[in-house]
Amino acid sequence: MHLRDSESDAAFRTEVREWLRGAVASLPTRPSDDDWPGRRAYDAHWQRLLFDAGYAGINWPAEHGGRGATPTEHLIFLEESAAAKAPDVGVGFVGQMHAGPTIIAEGTDAQKSHHLRGILTGEHVWCQGFSEPGSGSDLASLRTRAFRDGDDYVVTGQKIWTSHAMAADYCEMLVRTDPNELKHKGISWLIMPMDLPGIDVRPLVTVHGSTEFAELFLDEVRVPVSNLVGEENDGWRVANVTLSFERGTGFVGELLDTTNVFQELIELAKTTHRNGKAVFDDDSIRREIGIIGADLDALWAFTKRNVSQGARGGMVMGSGSGFKVAFATTQHRLGDLALRVLDRSSLSLDDLDGEPTGELVHAKLHAFAISLGGGTTQIQQNIIAERVLGLPRER
Amino acid sequence: MDLQPTDDQNSLVEMITGFAADRFPIEIVRSYGEQGGFDRSRWSELAALGTFGIAVPEESGGVGLNFIDAVLVHEALGAALVPGPLVAATLAAGVVDGVIDGSVVPCLIDLPPDGPLIVEHFRSADVLLVVSNDGVNLVPCSELNGSDVLHPTDPTTPVTVLASLPAGESVGGPELATAWRQRGSLLASAQLSGNSSGSTSLAVDYAKEREQFGRPIGSFQGLKHLLADSWIRTEVARSSVWAAGVTIDEPEVGSIPRAVAGARLTAARAATENAKTCVQVHGGMGFTWEVDAHLFLKRAWVLETQFGSIDEAADVVAGLYAVR
Repeated sequence: MHLRDSESDAAFRTEVREWLRGAVASLPTRPSDDDWPGRRAYDAHWQRLLFDAGYAGINWPAEHGGRGATPTEHLIFLEESAAAKAPDVGVGFVGQMHAGPTIIAEGTDAQKSHHLRGILTGEHVWCQGFSEPGSGSDLASLRTRAFRDGDDYVVTGQKIWTSHAMAADYCEMLVRTDPNELKHKGISWLIMPMDLPGIDVRPLVTVHGSTEFAELFLDEVRVPVSNLVGEENDGWRVANVTLSFERGTGFVGELLDTTNVFQELIELAKTTHRNGKAVFDDDSIRREIGIIGADLDALWAFTKRNVSQGARGGMVMGSGSGFKVAFATTQHRLGDLALRVLDRSSLSLDDLDGEPTGELVHAKLHAFAISLGGGTTQIQQNIIAERVLGLPRER
Repeated sequence: MDLQPTDDQNSLVEMITGFAADRFPIEIVRSYGEQGGFDRSRWSELAALGTFGIAVPEESGGVGLNFIDAVLVHEALGAALVPGPLVAATLAAGVVDGVIDGSVVPCLIDLPPDGPLIVEHFRSADVLLVVSNDGVNLVPCSELNGSDVLHPTDPTTPVTVLASLPAGESVGGPELATAWRQRGSLLASAQLSGNSSGSTSLAVDYAKEREQFGRPIGSFQGLKHLLADSWIRTEVARSSVWAAGVTIDEPEVGSIPRAVAGARLTAARAATENAKTCVQVHGGMGFTWEVDAHLFLKRAWVLETQFGSIDEAADVVAGLYAVR
């Protein structure tokens, strides 16, 4: 077992670090969160820089335009990107992390040639239409209906938690193509262009007060049958093939962001005085900082274990779920500590006195995104209990 | 970077796990706590596997592997509740003659003590190693007086309260003391990590077998979530314990004090919480002496006090984060 870089990994790290230094310095100012056209342009510009430098689709196979980097190189790239304060994947998230890999695995040649390059260059933005108001944890009960009419599927229904829908060109959709089949059977995976008639996008304001998500209202949207990915009624399996793309790097960006927020919290605890001493010097606050620091270091080591296993081909069952639950727990704990350190400065979602006070309140709210999004903590616990520990199913 | 065990390391862990199941079944573990229960021949068998000298260079009579390998061995020993002064023996191997082959059994005290001069396994040992800021000293047990505690909290860890502590003879200076404290802490944390995994297995097996309301209790979400959390705490603890072990071997990759203190925090939490869950899952039977659940909990309580408290570990991590 090793933590030091191999010779080739060290060389890759140096190369990435040098490139990032120049590229990040060349960036314009980041637009505000509500400026969707501005955000889209900013993220696309960064993605184009990555593409031209050969870093786009870093974990995608080379034959599909990616770099084909090893999981360890991917981790190094993410570490160095965070250290250089480079932009994250932004509105490219769904395309690069999910839709692109799905099309690589299951798409037709025509779908690959039409979509993959656009995702890699940043020209095409994707959103995800999986969850529905009545189908959250029980996603396979989804009811958005698609019936075949000539060369089209006619899609009617409602989707929710569609991130980046405000900026998207395409939506990866799960629809029910066979209403007589229950659950996982009878679902299909469609590519839905977002400019088709019958699509109504309504922003969904989150607890942050921001519009990262939207609801989609679909009224007889005609999606060409040629946009079906995989076989009709086989969409559940298609949606899960990207799990094989998962090599332990899924939460690295989030973890690095959290570590940065934690450092800011410590700085604030050192410079904030209460009752004649720094908040950091309060035993209970400082020890809570120690425990959270230990947890973040452990989660970083957990990530390295998962990446090491990914490099050997395939994750250990439950390791993704386990990481996510532990990360959510730590994120909530950090947020609770932040509110204690902030005291009444926590009454503002905007930063006060030039300190990152509002950012820290947002960090507490963001903890719910980790413990709810992508399968709640409780769903992950069920997965671990049944698939890892072999406990019997409830029904 | 590769933070998963190699094939050789997996074989090593399997070997120790198999040996523990064969030679240290729970009846033997329990008997080690009884007066005269310490079995020198079994201790020598453990030593003959290379358990204590695993990270000692071959020219000094050891196996010549890395410290991370000692960490993996202690994790396996902790999962099986293998008793005895395992950490003291691993630290003293290669420094004190006769420890590697098991002929000399050491015990250890880290000064200043938090209260009375309490030593684990004193009555089974030949020499006492005294770790202080000044260094490491050795005192033959025959020169010491102490009274055995009649009811040690962990029935498999006998403890003795020493009347006084003579200076003894020096076996190393402050640098050795620092190294032993770091390594000793991590080896205890590795046992805690293993302990957390052992109590989880015991609880999961029971939850599959025990039926109430006409079905296995492990089918209820209330228990599933408790047990999933146990599994997660073990994986988190194991991650930081392994990372700390590699950091001791490759000091350029991070801060040893931060890694060691962090490993203690995650491993102590995993062991104590998982053992509590194990008792709880066993229901009323978990409250009995007969069921092994309490042995995991009580061993965890012993290990988490070794080489500094949880609060001190939290202070170390916070302090090192804050100076960055």
